[in-house]
Amino acid sequence: MPNKSAGLAAKAFAVYAKDMRLELRSRYALNAILMFGITTLAVVSFSLGQFGLSPKFLAALFWIIMFFSAMSGLAQAFIREEEAQTVLALKLTADPDAIYIGKLLFNFTLLGIMTVIVTPLFFIFTDAPTANLFRFILVLILGIIGLCGATTLVAAIISKASVKGALFSVLSFPVLMPLLISLVSASEKVFDGLPLGNIAAELQFLLAYAVIMVTASIMLFKFVWQE
Amino acid sequence: MWWKILLFLAMSALIVLSYVTPMPQKQIGEASRIFYYHIPQAWICVVAFAMSMVFSIRYLRSHNIGEDDKAVVAARLGFVFCLLATITGSIFARVTWGSFWNWDPRETSIFILLLIYGAYFALRGAVEIEEKRASLSAVYSIFAFVTVPFLIFVVPRIVPSLHPEDSIVDENLKFTMGPTVRTIFFSSLALFTGLYFWMFNLARRIQRVQRIRLEKEI
Repeated sequence: MPNKSAGLAAKAFAVYAKDMRLELRSRYALNAILMFGITTLAVVSFSLGQFGLSPKFLAALFWIIMFFSAMSGLAQAFIREEEAQTVLALKLTADPDAIYIGKLLFNFTLLGIMTVIVTPLFFIFTDAPTANLFRFILVLILGIIGLCGATTLVAAIISKASVKGALFSVLSFPVLMPLLISLVSASEKVFDGLPLGNIAAELQFLLAYAVIMVTASIMLFKFVWQE
Repeated sequence: MWWKILLFLAMSALIVLSYVTPMPQKQIGEASRIFYYHIPQAWICVVAFAMSMVFSIRYLRSHNIGEDDKAVVAARLGFVFCLLATITGSIFARVTWGSFWNWDPRETSIFILLLIYGAYFALRGAVEIEEKRASLSAVYSIFAFVTVPFLIFVVPRIVPSLHPEDSIVDENLKFTMGPTVRTIFFSSLALFTGLYFWMFNLARRIQRVQRIRLEKEI
């Protein structure tokens, strides 16, 4: 049914466009996520100094910064709907799949903008090796897809709970842990200058993780949204 | 009633037998006896969490609150056995590898399992309306369970593990245990499973009594 899927894509895009427009008006989530990223980066760089960090350190620090920045802003997409009491209106105008995909794209954009700004700063502040930049970007893209794919559903869950802020990281962390382990492992190898073949296992994992988490989220999202 | 008495006697016999029979593994020594308890505990933990996930799926399909009650009981018991498996594993690690905790892949994955269900209970505590709590926590427990295969099969491949895998099966999937060890091990597995279902039924009965009381108060 090409007609129905075209409708889904259009509706998902409409949700995405609505969220982007709202975000550009207030820039609340974007500011939070960006400032959090920059602040953590500054603390790390200031306290550890610029030179002589081993690849393992660099990889771990980078993904800790990414994780906590993601935690600071990615729940906004759903919390905002609850706070503005627009959930019902959204329920009436679009089906759950379209809403989930729209919100996923929105979170991906947020994290993408933050990554584009913070990653170069990370390389400048920590003097990380830039020799394998393309491989690093590949890991980075798969990483933020995985991060968004796993946290968007959790964001939807916590928007319905009474204590939102703290629960988001508590619920997200166990789900993200396998992702973070292999992201750190892959980034460490990239910083070490190992060839692409050495990170093949991690790349497969990252891809599988992103696909499975997004599929599971789409299947489960309607149960959260109906509440 | 009779099977509970039988279970009690058999469990006592198991505890005695696990100490008086020859050691399961000569190289590891006396500490290897812990595997009569550690593996059944880990097994019950997996069974209980899997059951909790199945009840959660059934809740989402039927919206029958009884399924949610069963899911919580299974998750609680799974958490208890998961803690026990972590503690026995940690003791074993101290004796054989020299430290209680060193982020071996197995330790990492069991730690994340504890975190997942800790988060599950935290979520349940944060939602007041019963139906809402049931669906949200069901969704979370299914979603989190999806990552477990990654932890068990993928992470140990990326990071090398010290966890002994050859105590039950060798690389050709043949049993490596002698007949005595095998008998005790499988009886222990069966007895722990019996114990788990006993505990499960007890907890269910308490829940039902609580529901009846609640209805009477209203």
